Amino acid sequence: MIEVVVNGERRAVPAEATLLELLTLLGLDPRVVVVEHNRKIVRRPELSGQRLAPDDAIELVHFVGGG
Amino acid sequence: MSTAVELVKDTPFTIGTRTFQSRLMVGTGKYRSNEEMVRAIEASGAEIVTVAVRRVDLDRSRDASILHHLDPKRYLLLANTAGCYSAADAIRYARLAREAGFNEFVKLEVIGDQETLLPDVAGLLEATAVLVREGFTVLAYTNEDLITALRLEAAGAAAVMPLASPIGSGLGLLNPFSVRTIKRRLKVPVVVDAGVGTASDACLTMEQGVDGILMNTALAAAQDPVTMAHAMRLAVDAGRAAFLAGRMPRREVAMPSSPLEGMLD
Repeated sequence: MIEVVVNGERRAVPAEATLLELLTLLGLDPRVVVVEHNRKIVRRPELSGQRLAPDDAIELVHFVGGG
Repeated sequence: MSTAVELVKDTPFTIGTRTFQSRLMVGTGKYRSNEEMVRAIEASGAEIVTVAVRRVDLDRSRDASILHHLDPKRYLLLANTAGCYSAADAIRYARLAREAGFNEFVKLEVIGDQETLLPDVAGLLEATAVLVREGFTVLAYTNEDLITALRLEAAGAAAVMPLASPIGSGLGLLNPFSVRTIKRRLKVPVVVDAGVGTASDACLTMEQGVDGILMNTALAAAQDPVTMAHAMRLAVDAGRAAFLAGRMPRREVAMPSSPLEGMLD
């Protein structure tokens, strides 16, 4: 396992996990979540190709109610 | 049912490359329930609906996404950069929003002060220039200052959105003169955003000749948001029609409406 920071919280994930695997692990639908990996936006088709490294920062965002 | 606006000849309401029938845009925040929000949006007749970009709450279920309640094929989802206090933050949020894959529109907010939520116009101009270069259709939330509005237009904003009064205040249109001046001087659409409290505020705002209104709290915080949404729809149509009709001149003295001739001796 390695530790990464997801939405500001440290989490243990399997070493070499991809971003798509992270979303699956968290029970998130990649169609409604936008992923930022170390400040770079990762397009949906690329989620399965990007692997996590220790201390990576991942932001997972979506649309919520707002004005 | 034909509305007043259908009876008069109006110019199309176009932002960027998209043309809209409704001049009322609504937000999706602060409703008591998603069901009530959906019914209020339907009653408003709005085609443009704003949403915010926020972190997924990893401890709760995935149901928090607004996309479970709004069909992005039916509404133009206008992502905002609410809560951003710098150009860099607003640009980051706008890019994330675009990546969601629905459109290039962004309601750009760069806030300068926590108490008033008034815009940081320097940051706003900077972020507008960057996002326009990146191909965004920028709708810039600003104060009712003509010079800022002109500079936003020059920077490539697709629409300029002066406030009626501070966000969520419900104080109505505090400066009709400035809003009217901005509308007169700009070529891009002017949409008043924030501060409308009730239907008369919306009507008065549209009577200034602006192209549209965006509101959220006026609906969400009404005791009955669905009925208020209906009232706002009528008020926007009424205000627009009154503007197009051209109001009578104001007079300081009375003038009788009935004939002076034919009175009995």
